[in-house]
Amino acid sequence: MDTSISTAKDENVWGGGDQQPLRASYGKLMMWFFIVSDALTFSGFLAAYGFSRFKFIETWPIADEVFTHVPFFHGNYPMYYVAFMTFILIMSSVTMVLAVDAGHHMDRKKVTLYMLLTIIGGAIFVGSQAWEWATFIKGDFGALETKGGRILQFVDIETGERVALRDFAIEDSNKTAVYHESSKGIWFLEGDKPSTYSLEEVKAGFIADESVTIITEQIIEGEKNVLSREDAVAKLADAAIVVEGANLIRNEYGSRLFADFFFFITGFHGFHVLSGVAINVIIFFNVLIGTYDRRGHYEMVEKVGLYWHFVDLVWVFVFTFFYLV
Amino acid sequence: MAHEHKLSIFRGLVTFKNNQQKIWGVLLFLSIVTAIEVGLGIAKPEFLMNTSFLRMKALNWIFIILTLVKAYYIAWDFMHLRDEKASLRRVVVWTPVFLISYLVTLLLFEATYVYEIFNTTFMTWNF
Repeated sequence: MDTSISTAKDENVWGGGDQQPLRASYGKLMMWFFIVSDALTFSGFLAAYGFSRFKFIETWPIADEVFTHVPFFHGNYPMYYVAFMTFILIMSSVTMVLAVDAGHHMDRKKVTLYMLLTIIGGAIFVGSQAWEWATFIKGDFGALETKGGRILQFVDIETGERVALRDFAIEDSNKTAVYHESSKGIWFLEGDKPSTYSLEEVKAGFIADESVTIITEQIIEGEKNVLSREDAVAKLADAAIVVEGANLIRNEYGSRLFADFFFFITGFHGFHVLSGVAINVIIFFNVLIGTYDRRGHYEMVEKVGLYWHFVDLVWVFVFTFFYLV
Repeated sequence: MAHEHKLSIFRGLVTFKNNQQKIWGVLLFLSIVTAIEVGLGIAKPEFLMNTSFLRMKALNWIFIILTLVKAYYIAWDFMHLRDEKASLRRVVVWTPVFLISYLVTLLLFEATYVYEIFNTTFMTWNF
């Protein structure tokens, strides 16, 4: 092997010169470096998720019971929408790899078409994720949180179906509690956002409605622990606040860490998809104006393709560890 | 630039005529695997939920193994690792595999320990 630095013929340093290490161009190799380091970042997050989950193995929310919504449909459809999102992302990976393939044949029209389809797929995915976030934040049934930060949810005694707060809470017509808004009183202080029903209203409704009982976070043989009516009434005394929906501090679905990790991991992934779409758009316009035809090769499409596939790859893992396992 | 693609998957069991065909073939395979995962996730068959291997449910083992299978085909055929030099492949694959299994092993052992502490000592957290 020649050890001297090549000065002969086209000295394309940014392409790795004539002697390309690992027979990959400079750009592709750097993209691989980035992908490996980014993969380690993501696995750090997922490993941390695993840590928290094993730490609270008996009280961790069951993903099937959290993500049950499909846009435009009412009812209980666990997993279907996430499966659809997964399929969309794999599909956009396919159009991407087809674009790369068309690029190898210097077929500008086909590259344009496939890049466009990839961008659309990415946009659908990001949109779906935004919708998932919105549904998750808005919440569904509502719950009570105890002094210790545990979540109490409500079910029908007979059917075991979840019951929403609005189904049994008794509204107090002469409610006197006033919430502190920053526009009134001290301008830099603000109270907590009031929940739809106050704790007293939920408690009164629960005592009055004999058909409702409480499930705790505790999982016994794959099912949430259902309290008997007497235990439930006793447990009600522990309740401290009404929780609706999820945010970084409270989570009506169960462990707060679950919501934190959900926002963090899917958010980080969603940000990757978003930036992937942005990069794809740039490359798409470069293809349109013929930059790569003039350059003589479509390697740029290949490099952005690597990134796009990586985003898909990460989602495969997020899907498994967040929604399936 | 020559772009040669290796067109066989499943260790040469299936060979495609050209690269496009291989891409669609791999998509079909990935879709089937995803469908199996989702189907199992919804059905949750009793016997897979109740058998456990190395302290994890058989169902979860199936999910993880199928995920690794999917990751393999995405990396090998979509990211063209199959066509790269073996040395590049090894650098890209074994570095994370080593580091991740190390991290995950330590963290999961530690988490199980913390769980035991929560459960067996006098600390109250469920109130």
